[in-house]
Amino acid sequence: MSMIAIKQVSKSYGDFQVLKNCSTEVAKGEVVVVCGPSGSGKSTLIKTVNGLEPINQGEIVVDGTTVTDKATNLPQLRSRVGMVFQHFELFPHLSIAENLALAQMKVLKRSRAEALAKGAALLARVGLSAHADKFPGQLSGGQQQRVAIARALAMDPVVMLFDEPTSALDPEMVTEVLDVMVELANEGMTMMVVTHEMGFARKVANRVVFMDAGEVVEDADKEAFFAEPRSERARQFLSKILAH
Amino acid sequence: MDYTWNWSALWSLSLDGRLTYFETLLLGLAWTLATALSAFVLALLVGSLLGVMRSAPVAWMNRVGACFVELFRNVPLLVQMFLWYFVLPELLPDAAGDWLKQLPDAQFYTAVLCLGCYHGARVAEVVRSGLGSLSRGQGMAGQALGLTLPQTYRYVLLPMAYRIVVPTLTSEFLSTTKNTSVALAIGLVELTASARAMQEGTFQVFEAFAVATVLYLALNLVIVFLMRVLERKAQVPGYVSGHEKGGR
Repeated sequence: MSMIAIKQVSKSYGDFQVLKNCSTEVAKGEVVVVCGPSGSGKSTLIKTVNGLEPINQGEIVVDGTTVTDKATNLPQLRSRVGMVFQHFELFPHLSIAENLALAQMKVLKRSRAEALAKGAALLARVGLSAHADKFPGQLSGGQQQRVAIARALAMDPVVMLFDEPTSALDPEMVTEVLDVMVELANEGMTMMVVTHEMGFARKVANRVVFMDAGEVVEDADKEAFFAEPRSERARQFLSKILAH
Repeated sequence: MDYTWNWSALWSLSLDGRLTYFETLLLGLAWTLATALSAFVLALLVGSLLGVMRSAPVAWMNRVGACFVELFRNVPLLVQMFLWYFVLPELLPDAAGDWLKQLPDAQFYTAVLCLGCYHGARVAEVVRSGLGSLSRGQGMAGQALGLTLPQTYRYVLLPMAYRIVVPTLTSEFLSTTKNTSVALAIGLVELTASARAMQEGTFQVFEAFAVATVLYLALNLVIVFLMRVLERKAQVPGYVSGHEKGGR
């Protein structure tokens, strides 16, 4: 059963077409890594999944709900789709505990005590219990990104979207974030991950989607993709980022 | 200079026969304070609403917000004061117009409304720039969690935007206080009008305006002090600036 279905999606900013007839799927329990050179449209594509980026053509269905249908209650849909951003996007004026509790209370109508308890449990899970009363600006990038993952998980999402979760981090902090993501994948979370971390892809991905110039160039099983990419563009991309 | 100082004029009875001139000046200060506070609260409400409208991803809201702002910040305050006080009641249906003209303290309400809209238009630009200084990802993060757009403004964007613009709002508050003096043109006996009354009753113009100047200065210094306290309280631990993190 497919959790995310992206069907022939196109999107333009004026004359510039960012997405050209993109199609792919993410099955329940599957981890799909989306990679490609910068400007290839992968960040835009993942933001169309929960309707943060509107599209011009095509259809997107998430967990049985058509995102692109005008009648769809987008806030309700989004509350079931966790999203982690490149720049963390924690709310700077709220403590870590409040960052985790806010949407639980306002969207899921959980009581404050319930929301704080759930948040505390998730903070413990990402190893940050000691920081509950600090503010985002007082944490390192890696810690902030782990909080952001915990904040998304607090909503009990059916699927998690990651938009380059490690590209804004100092190298020594990448591992702590990837570890949390690997653990999530191993627990069976459905994940769509835009990333350049090919080590992560090799370890936990089921499939790899390679994008270039707004097109899905390759959509293959992980083994097939890494063993021998079908397209010349994917081969070049891999040889560049795996050179070291 | 041929001027005879006479500070005791402050203690002489004013033309109303009840209060001394000094008491009249204090009463004027009270009206100035009441007008400034009410007008600034109104300006904050109007400005927040319009600032949000100008930043929201809804075309008609942008346009309505822009029209209001450009209208109210580009017509001289004195002209606006006259329009509200002398022209508006004539444009309304007779009953409403008469009711307005007979309203006790009509000058006060008019001045508050006029200053509230004028400074509201300016506060709108301040709020909009505060919202604009936040990274686009903040709004996205709020909405990605399932918050509606109004909730995203209420709980995510505005709390940070206000914190960022407190210093600018301080200047706007000070301007509001100073601009209350324009209301003397429609007959509000605030501090400047009280000083003029003393000048006309005693011919001691230096004393009258020396006291008014000191009172204005003191009032605004109190506002500066209180806003500094607010600024410190609003500081977010560890937060450097809107562009430092998440900005592109």
